[in-house]
Amino acid sequence: MAKVIIELGNDISTDDIYPGRYMATVLPTETPQFAFFDRTEFNARLRNREFPAGSIIVGGENFGCGSSREQACSALKGYEVTVVAKSIARIFLQNSINLGLRVVLCPDLEASEGDELEIAADQVVNQTTGKTFAQVKMPAARQGIMDAGGLIPYTRTLLQARS
Amino acid sequence: MGMTVVEKILASAAGLPSVAAGAVVEPQVDLAMSHENAALVINQFQEIFQGTGRAPKVWDPSRVAIIFDHRVPAESPKTATNQKKIRDFVSANGISKFHDIRGDVGGICHQILPEYGYVRPGYVVVGTDSHTTTHGALGAFSFGVGATEMASVWSLGFAVNIEVPATIKIVVNGEFPPFVGAKDLILHIIGALTAQGANYKVLEFHGETIRGMSTSGRIAICNMSVEAGATSGIVPGDAETVRYLREEAGVKEDIPCVVADADARYVRTLEVDVSALEPQIACPHMVDNVKPVSAVAGTSVQQIVIGSCTNGRLDDLAVAAGILRGKKVATGTRMLVFPASGRIFSQALDNGYIQDFMKAGAVVMNSGCGPCLGVHEGALGDNETALSTTNRNFKGRMGNPKSEVYLCSPAVAAASALTGVITDPRTV
Ligand code: SF4
Repeated sequence: MAKVIIELGNDISTDDIYPGRYMATVLPTETPQFAFFDRTEFNARLRNREFPAGSIIVGGENFGCGSSREQACSALKGYEVTVVAKSIARIFLQNSINLGLRVVLCPDLEASEGDELEIAADQVVNQTTGKTFAQVKMPAARQGIMDAGGLIPYTRTLLQARS
Repeated sequence: MGMTVVEKILASAAGLPSVAAGAVVEPQVDLAMSHENAALVINQFQEIFQGTGRAPKVWDPSRVAIIFDHRVPAESPKTATNQKKIRDFVSANGISKFHDIRGDVGGICHQILPEYGYVRPGYVVVGTDSHTTTHGALGAFSFGVGATEMASVWSLGFAVNIEVPATIKIVVNGEFPPFVGAKDLILHIIGALTAQGANYKVLEFHGETIRGMSTSGRIAICNMSVEAGATSGIVPGDAETVRYLREEAGVKEDIPCVVADADARYVRTLEVDVSALEPQIACPHMVDNVKPVSAVAGTSVQQIVIGSCTNGRLDDLAVAAGILRGKKVATGTRMLVFPASGRIFSQALDNGYIQDFMKAGAVVMNSGCGPCLGVHEGALGDNETALSTTNRNFKGRMGNPKSEVYLCSPAVAAASALTGVITDPRTV
């Protein structure tokens, strides 16, 4: 079980998650400081490491829309948060899987900041409200990459298989 | 069963007789484009090779393009150092489609690729930039990826596990009224589809208006398809595509075009008639918050921006210069113009547009992304409002989360520069 640390609306863009002005920063060890940078309070709480690994960011529809910047994923990955959203924009979803950021698709989710969620294999249970919501499976095409632990090891294996 | 253009392209790139939406394929990549974020791609690329006992070499240096545009000239030592690292990588790998910070062959990646004939109909193009959808304007299947996915393509030469997207058919008919054009059309379509209406799908453009449209207009339309969530926009290659590639990009080889089958399957068809379309404005802070200019006319603006990969081409500058010629930018409003490439900048000089802008009081900046992504120059002050021909107006996009950005066509931007308020170009 893990706590919802922020509840966000629809169409949260990667400019919101990781402002463009910090795009020259690329190292995954350095990007987390800029996560949700313009949400000053939330950013400060992230940086103070107030949230244990597995804490949940709840998003609405089209989470991660906009720029393809991978920093938006590596910044969140740095805090080992889980994103549970109604739907996720294509490139962000792909980047998350590629980098191993945990994302969960849950189209009917109702959850507010402070709620405790249990993420099971095919559903999300909001322990605070007692309601259960179905998960949508990740695209089948992506499962292999997740199982391999991300696109880097996945690609490495393919590369080595070609003698 | 019939195939859409993208299904045909993916079938051919994956070596299959046919594919349908939903299938998973591993298409060979014809062109892999990055900009300054190649610095991150290089890190990921080197990590892939770690422990393999092989030297990290890109699969085919002639199919990799790297264009410096996002922060040119470098705004910080960090960017300059990243650019230096990329230059070293480019020479070590023999990458020839490299466009450094230059006044002659430099420019915005999405302008350079068409301009130099790097994209052809039927190509599979990936780019570490969400507006890679742009290159569908030349009949290619072109989509944005993250840096790690690009590193994987650099290693393997194909894209792993691509799900064939479903396609929405957009049929556009009618003749544009004066001062209404491609930008207004795509803003209108995004408003109709919403910001996620085309998520995981392709927009395939048809109709007499598209057939009669220049490649420049098609670029604007495909460029912004991503703002409806689309994986790619695509205009099936036709006579105009061939004309553009021959005459403007100097392509000598055969240019076979891929067209959809008559019985191709579309998940949805949207018909648009442009003959009564008003100039369109995307209002803060979402690109799908689209209104006709009449709904927001009179809104005061402190900064006008004309340029970007969406609307920084010669025909865009011609329209704006025509409106500004012999007139003055309103006091209290500043106007920034950044042509999309060095070549366009030169042509605009030859045609006198640059003089028109400067005499009117606009600041003409070097080619590049400039104010579009708010990293580099042209930032907005607190509570200021910009009116821009770029493609995104998310909160903070122009560098300040306490500012607002409206998006419009070059005609609306130029007309509004004269008055200092959002203005219908048909009234000046
Ligand atoms: S001009 Fe703007 S939208 Fe186009 S590539 Fe540059 S930053 Fe991206």
